[in-house]
Amino acid sequence: MKKIGLDIGSTTIKCVVLNEEEKIIYSSYERHFSLIAKKIEELLSFLKTNILKENENVKIALSGSAGMGIAEASSFPFIQEVYATRIATLRLEEKTDVIIELGGEDAKILFLNNGVEVRMNGTCAGGTGAFIDQMASLLGVDISKINDLAKEKEKIYTIASRCGVFAKSDIQPLLNQGARKQDIAASILYAVVNQTIAGLAQGREIKGNVLYLGGPLTFLEELRKAFDDVLNTKGKCPENSLYYVALGAAYAADKVMDLSTLLINVKNYSSTSNFAYQKPLFETKEDYEKFLLRHEKHKVETLSLQEYSGPCYLGIDAGSTTIKLVLIDENKNIRYSKYMSNSGNPVPLIKKELETIYNLKPDIKIVSSAATGYGEEIIKSAFQIDFGIVETIAHFVAAKKFMPNVDFVIDIGGQDIKCFKIHNQAIDNIFLNEACSSGCGSFLQTFASSLGYNIEDFANLGLFSKKPVDLGSRCTVFMNSAVKQAQKDGASIEDISAGLSRAVVKNALYKVIRASSVDDLGKNIVVQGGTFLNNAVLRAFEMELKIDVVRPNISGLMGAYGAALYALTMQEGKSNLITLEGLKSFKHEIKVANCKLCQNNCHLTINKFSNGKQYIGGNRCERPITKKEQNGDLNLYSYKQNLFDKMIKSVHHGKRGKIGIPLGLNMYELLPFWKTLFEELDFEVVVSPFSNRKLYLEGQATIPSDTVCFPAKLIHGHIINLINQGVKIIFYPCMSYNIDEKKSDNHYNCPVVAYYPEVINANVKNLKRENVIFIKDYVGLHRKNNFTKKFTLVLKKYFSNISENKVKKATKKAYKALDDYKEKISLKGDEIIAKARSEKKQIFVLAGRPYHLDPETNHGIDKMISTFDVAIVSEDVIAKKVKKKIKVHTLNQWTYHSRLYLAASYVCNQEDMNLIHLVSFGCGVDAITSDEIRDILEKKKKIYTQIKIDEITNLGAVKIRIRSLLSALKERKSN
Amino acid sequence: MAKLVYNKDGRLLFTKEMRKEYTILFPMMAEIHFNILKEVFNNFNYHAELLTSTGPEIAQTGLKYVHNDTCYPAILTIGQLINAVQSGKYDIHKIALLITQTGGGCRASNYIHLLRKALKRAGLEFIPVISLNLSGLEKNPGFKLSIKFIRLAVAGLIYGDALMMFKNQCEPYEKEKGTTDKLVEKWSNYFIEKLKASKDKSLKKIRKNIINVAQDFANIECIRTPKLKVGIVGEIYVKYSPLGNNSLEKFLKEQDCEINVPGILGFILFKIDNRIEDNKLYGGGKIKKLFCKILMSYCLKAEKILIDVTNKYDVFYNYSPYYHLKSLVKDVVGYGDKMGEGWLLTAEMMELTESGYGNIVCTQPFGCLPNHINGKGMIRRINELMPNANIVAVDYDAGAVKVNQENRIKLMLSIGREKLQIKN
Repeated sequence: MKKIGLDIGSTTIKCVVLNEEEKIIYSSYERHFSLIAKKIEELLSFLKTNILKENENVKIALSGSAGMGIAEASSFPFIQEVYATRIATLRLEEKTDVIIELGGEDAKILFLNNGVEVRMNGTCAGGTGAFIDQMASLLGVDISKINDLAKEKEKIYTIASRCGVFAKSDIQPLLNQGARKQDIAASILYAVVNQTIAGLAQGREIKGNVLYLGGPLTFLEELRKAFDDVLNTKGKCPENSLYYVALGAAYAADKVMDLSTLLINVKNYSSTSNFAYQKPLFETKEDYEKFLLRHEKHKVETLSLQEYSGPCYLGIDAGSTTIKLVLIDENKNIRYSKYMSNSGNPVPLIKKELETIYNLKPDIKIVSSAATGYGEEIIKSAFQIDFGIVETIAHFVAAKKFMPNVDFVIDIGGQDIKCFKIHNQAIDNIFLNEACSSGCGSFLQTFASSLGYNIEDFANLGLFSKKPVDLGSRCTVFMNSAVKQAQKDGASIEDISAGLSRAVVKNALYKVIRASSVDDLGKNIVVQGGTFLNNAVLRAFEMELKIDVVRPNISGLMGAYGAALYALTMQEGKSNLITLEGLKSFKHEIKVANCKLCQNNCHLTINKFSNGKQYIGGNRCERPITKKEQNGDLNLYSYKQNLFDKMIKSVHHGKRGKIGIPLGLNMYELLPFWKTLFEELDFEVVVSPFSNRKLYLEGQATIPSDTVCFPAKLIHGHIINLINQGVKIIFYPCMSYNIDEKKSDNHYNCPVVAYYPEVINANVKNLKRENVIFIKDYVGLHRKNNFTKKFTLVLKKYFSNISENKVKKATKKAYKALDDYKEKISLKGDEIIAKARSEKKQIFVLAGRPYHLDPETNHGIDKMISTFDVAIVSEDVIAKKVKKKIKVHTLNQWTYHSRLYLAASYVCNQEDMNLIHLVSFGCGVDAITSDEIRDILEKKKKIYTQIKIDEITNLGAVKIRIRSLLSALKERKSN
Repeated sequence: MAKLVYNKDGRLLFTKEMRKEYTILFPMMAEIHFNILKEVFNNFNYHAELLTSTGPEIAQTGLKYVHNDTCYPAILTIGQLINAVQSGKYDIHKIALLITQTGGGCRASNYIHLLRKALKRAGLEFIPVISLNLSGLEKNPGFKLSIKFIRLAVAGLIYGDALMMFKNQCEPYEKEKGTTDKLVEKWSNYFIEKLKASKDKSLKKIRKNIINVAQDFANIECIRTPKLKVGIVGEIYVKYSPLGNNSLEKFLKEQDCEINVPGILGFILFKIDNRIEDNKLYGGGKIKKLFCKILMSYCLKAEKILIDVTNKYDVFYNYSPYYHLKSLVKDVVGYGDKMGEGWLLTAEMMELTESGYGNIVCTQPFGCLPNHINGKGMIRRINELMPNANIVAVDYDAGAVKVNQENRIKLMLSIGREKLQIKN
């Protein structure tokens, strides 16, 4: 009897028909555009008339996540897809040890030998094929071109592998810096590889015969090569690699089914419309028309360029996904404007626009010009633009034109959401999205185009939807899955369109601004950014806040318009802007290089222009440009790093041999304690080095939970590093409690810091393989009086001849070493503050946890901020200045976090100090502390700035944040 | 109307006057248990109301008022409470909200503060919030835990654990659909009546009742064709609450599985034992230790009743003693690992595997901190030690998609079924 296997994935449907000898006699692979029932029906009808005999019975089974619902409702036998893969592999490629299968939404790894284990990616890492699709559209190429591009790679950039949204945050700025597309394409593929391994290997090594399955691995040879490279193996992509799931389903099919009945079932299958939905955007056409009328009022005229001969002012906003260019006259009317996708390299596009302007009006008088946005610097260098202006200020300038008394501006662009409050005519508080909520605007666009709509038509579809789908608001990866589920549940395109508009707005309001009502924002709100051009989004925003807002007709051009207005105010009579002649001989060369001037090893892209100017992107500090070493005098982070560097390098030979300590998490504060203690006990303490990318990658395969914070993930690399150094004893104790600084309700460590040694013990197999003694006992530094006795007991488990007396002496010195270290940094902190004050410099408290000292964790943010000529101190030394417990509205129970509250409250009373809160992605505790820190600061009219960091290395967004903060502070001062 | 009284830190108190006038709302977690437990409050002249609301608006309300990166249980419990307050069903000047506080190092101890912040954001800061905890946090003049209260609560928990356990073991096999549910209802009502009247809280009475319950369930006519046995463990809220875990139990039953969800008593024992362990590891006062030991021994006596009774029946799974669970993780995780579900979560997975429930769904809120360690972090170690373990970790979150969750669970079930076939 013939057998049919169907595999219904998130984007495609695969089908195989096997004959009696189980040979493939038919196979097909096509996209289903979420019209699953219809596609199955078509497919089965086709098989019935073309492949099967009349009334022939078959065995059939269905597989794939998207097929689950219909299988149940239409009584198809269902086989889980990973399971099906395994069946097919055991039959066709029995020598396989490991299968790596990538699909549209899922990634899977199957280990077949020595204990079968199967892994699927968790919630956060969704969207493998979909991710490559999205990245391809970001590069403006189709997916097969990615493969061709990657072949010509010269270097690989570090791209965050936590998830698609994070990766995009790394890629976008690379594009804007002018990195080669070939290198970006290859880097995207390597990011997929790292994401798969970090998320799924979970401590098991991938070795032996590796099989590559699924669409992306079948179509992209370079992706397979990247896996080969990283895994140091030669995997195989077998014949029919696309069809393994379908084949497995077919092999496993054992129920004889009547195809005609099934066809009727599928025909009758109508999904349940059982999805969560919200209120419609507009109840009636009338409401909609009223709405349109109200918004038409807010506009700037666009007039003819040819008929005008007065002075012109040029504004360019080179944003993350789009470029906006506006030319205004002296009356602030628009004479020329352009809104375009930046397609990965803004330079040639702007060149073309400038040429167009010069050609339209050869005798044009451009008197002044300004640039803003991500690409501000490169554009300035390339075209000799006169002024640069921070994005937020540009937007504010433009918003004021439409609403002079504006007190809140929200801009939703492609990649970023920017909001700011205005108080006394100055920017008072800034909210910028962190990586997780980025890309909402462009997601809407990508989604529309994947369905074959342009964004405007797509958004309008939702205006009259009766049941806008609730898609959540966490991030676009989650939204993407939610859309697919909703489609399966019978939501229409209209419902999804409306749902997406609402999701974007909710993300901005509840995640980025953290507002729950309009009172948190202001009475006079201007909304802008390309995304607000959609009436659906605009309406969703007004509905959510229950207030009418102003949306300028040039909503998408506001940054450029603001820059043009700025150019007008700042004009000096003559512009340096490149001339038509200059444009004719314009040349742009890009070179890539690795900066070797410090341990951050920035990937630089060097842009050279024909005017002799050059622009370097990718750097964290000014060193590669000025060639001068940064002055670390006013940077406490540098000072601390130097202290740690000395500790790492100082070797004390001890009779008892080597004991290793991983430099991560709480060791970034306690190292002086443990190093002293063990040295006093006659050990040679080996400390792992500062983290770097390579060290991280060496440990990534042993990480069991992909959603844990990056600092914790790094520990794996440190342990491997110590093992590779030949250390046979590693000391990394569990600590529920931290030292009680008597200024909090309790003095816990967070669960991850407290118990990460348990995770290392259970997951880093090399420990056992290399016979390493791993000491992870529970210790309590908080009870000084009990410590000696308790710790002696621990040591006696592992070492002979250790007396309590000796430990007592060592402990005393250890506590002193810790106190000395803290005292040292406090003194240095005071010195920096005093120096900064004498030089009238701003002081930034870069407030994180001790482990944010690690250069791979903080990505050199301290150095980057230093380039703005400000002083940097850390939270611990500031917290010390507050002598007693302060009242907070949380349970103040974590030592590290209590310092943040203290530092915030101290900063409140210091005019020249501001706090920047460093948060690691996945730090659950900071979900609680960040609101409180914000409250403490805002009560005293201080600006709260949060920087969320993870693997993402690109500091573009952080730079904008810091610049915005600085310019807001400056404006406040001048008021 | 009761006057609003604040303590010296500015916390709004639940006063004696309020006790008379106010209705106390508290969020749902484990249905069988909480239904019985709510009567314990009423026994002390509180007007307590358990919220049974469901639906997407609960999570939406939560997301609106709580930091979105907070764990899902906080979003749901706070969402459920605020949603109820805003529903118009209550006189908002005559309600108080109750929420538990474990006092441990995970975020859960902060839910109460997040709730207060949420109330403030919603303009409802005049509503008092009561902390239910055993750590001596946040005292209120109108709300005190007495020995009698604790005894009643312990009795309620044991009755709940027993009913849940027997239900899970009979329902999949019952000959006539619905028989088990009727028994659960009958006994729940019985305990509700008893606890309301402050009766049946002694260990002696508990023993008698559990014997009767067991016999009653054992009498259900069952056809015990082997089914796939699945254990559910995880962060306590998503483990028990259908709202938190997208009705996981229902889904597994539809997949023709017998489920086993370890009880709440074990968690309580674990939380008391933590204090004793802390004392051992780091030193500390004797009085606290003594108090814990007394409470511990009382709960252990209660536990022994469940062990004795279930051991008498072949058809029922033999209840494993707390100390047995503890011994299972001896070389796997340290006993100092106490935040959230701590080592108990790992121990429950091992105990389930040992008892034939090696197909396990390990539930956790997305980004749950203790679960990185004791759930996901321990799975591979358990697999090494117990090849029969077949564990899938599933994240729950407001934005997580049900299809993806169910697909992963189905994968685990497929492997389980294959193992079952090989065995038979």
